[in-house]
Parts: sequence; C-alpha cells; structure tokens
Amino acid sequence: MSDIADRVRKIVVEHLNVEAEKVTEKASFMDDLGADSLDQVELVMAFEEEFGVEIPDDAAESIQTFGDAVAFLSKATE
Amino acid sequence: MFDLSGKRALVTGASGGIGSAIAKALAAQGATVALSGTRVGALEDVAKEISGQTHILPCNLSDLDAVERLVPQAEEVMGGVDILINNAGMTRDNIFMRMKDEEWDDVLKINLTAPFHLTRSAIKGMMKRRFGRVISISSVVGVVGNPGQANYAASKAGLAGMSKSLAYEVASRGITVNTIAPGFIGSAMTDELNEKQRETILQKVPAGRLGSAEEIAAATVFLASDGAGYITGHTLNVNGGMVMI
Repeated sequence: MSDIADRVRKIVVEHLNVEAEKVTEKASFMDDLGADSLDQVELVMAFEEEFGVEIPDDAAESIQTFGDAVAFLSKATE
Repeated sequence: MFDLSGKRALVTGASGGIGSAIAKALAAQGATVALSGTRVGALEDVAKEISGQTHILPCNLSDLDAVERLVPQAEEVMGGVDILINNAGMTRDNIFMRMKDEEWDDVLKINLTAPFHLTRSAIKGMMKRRFGRVISISSVVGVVGNPGQANYAASKAGLAGMSKSLAYEVASRGITVNTIAPGFIGSAMTDELNEKQRETILQKVPAGRLGSAEEIAAATVFLASDGAGYITGHTLNVNGGMVMI
C-alpha cells in the first residue's frame, strides 16, 4: 500500500510540479494541485504506464484525489 | 527545416491521387509511412514507388471496429504515430431536398466520424511524446459550400471545427492540429470533366489551372515539419486563389 502511494505521489509531484507535502490523501488534483483537465488525463495515462493497468474512462473520471488514485490502483494491482 | 527523418506517419486514403502524393512526399522527407486504404493492390503500387520504409494497413473506414484498430496497428508496426493524415474521403452528391439519409450518414461517417476516432486514438501517444501533427484534408467546399454537396461540405467544415477545438486542447503538449483545404485538384475525377465544365471551373480560379496532388502534398509536408510548430488550428487554403480568406 505505501509503496503504491509513493509511486503515485512521485508521478503527481513530477507531473504537476508540486511539493510532495501537498499531495495528501484528500488533495484534489484539480482543486488543490492546480491540474487542468488535460493534466488529469495525462496523470491517468502515467498511472496506467507505471502500474501496467488499463483505467477505463468512467473509472478515470472518478479519480479526483490522490487518495482516489491510490485506492483504485491498490485494487487494480491486487 | 522540413526534414521528417525519424518521424512516423499514418496516411488514410493512401491509394488515391492526393493520398498517394502525400505518402510519397512524407517519405521523401525521411518519414516512415503507413499506407491505409481499402484497395490493397493499389496501396502496394504506391509502396513500390517509395524507396523508404512503408507499411500497408488495409482498413475500411466505414467499419468503426476496424477504425479503432488502425492506429494501434500503425503504432505496433512503426513504434508510434507522430503524424496522422486524415485524408480519406468520399462524396455522395445530391441536391439537399433529395438527399437520402444514407447519403448523409455515409459521407459523415467516412469524412468526419472516422477522423474523430483515428485522431482520438493517435493523440494519446502524441501527448506522451510531447510531439504530434494531425493534418486533415478538408476542402474549399467546406469553407464556401457547394450546391449538391451539403453532406460533403458539412463533413469538411466539421473537420475544421474539430481540428480547431482539439488544437486548443493539446497546443501546450507540442501537438499541432490543422486542416488543408484543396480547391480543384487534377485527379481521375477531374479528368472526366468535359471541356466546357473544365472552362467553367477554371474561370473561378485566378491561377487559371487545376492544382496538382503534389501541391497538396507539399503543404502537408510543411505543416508536418518542425518548421510549422507554431501553426495550429489553421486551415491552409491551397486553391490557386479561388477563395481568399
């Protein structure tokens, strides 16, 4: 779990150019971390690549926060 | 400035006059080219005239499942698609009041819906690589209309609107999205015109001649090149001065 969170955090930090401390469980990519809708799409693409999973569009839309991403990817890689 | 070495291009309608000229011109600048179309024999003939690396990917654009597979196939054989040329198109002319539902639907499907699907699939890899060129071949008819071609004109104008909207979305990722609007281009179709028809057409063209497929190909190479990196959401009119906008 923590390993997945670390990998997700690393992607978010690199991609959105934000400080790691700001990437908290409840942090919303768009509202708190400055992502626009295209960044959001790219984050999902980066997650897919890092974790070797396919994230369908409806699932992608439900991933709004760092916590959402970690939860989804934890489940998807079980 | 217009060197395309190392770039990988997918061209639809690559056996046609304009499509084959585009494929040859991109290859002449060093691009690897995937030729798509429905007539395999004709695609093979085009490939023979290209000295660089080519791939033949048959696809019927009216079959949306096949359309969805085309870009992944091109990515598989070439390792990616940097340049997408939406060139394939069809006409099914009729005056508006007589136009059948199928005539409308068929033209929109091939000319607009297929490019939407292909572009949506190609843009993903382009975003990752922070480089891409989407060039759709529209028509002067999409800009100024033409009696008997409401379906065709709508599809071509639609390409321009689609391209501009997408251009906004992906400009910050190094991807440009443009259309080329050819005027009257010499082709098998225009060869069939009689002298009077030809004269009537040429009266509208200040250049006093039909354009050539190679002239459309040259415009395509330009928009595909690094040199055109700051041009996006544009419609490049290549029509001998027929319409100046």
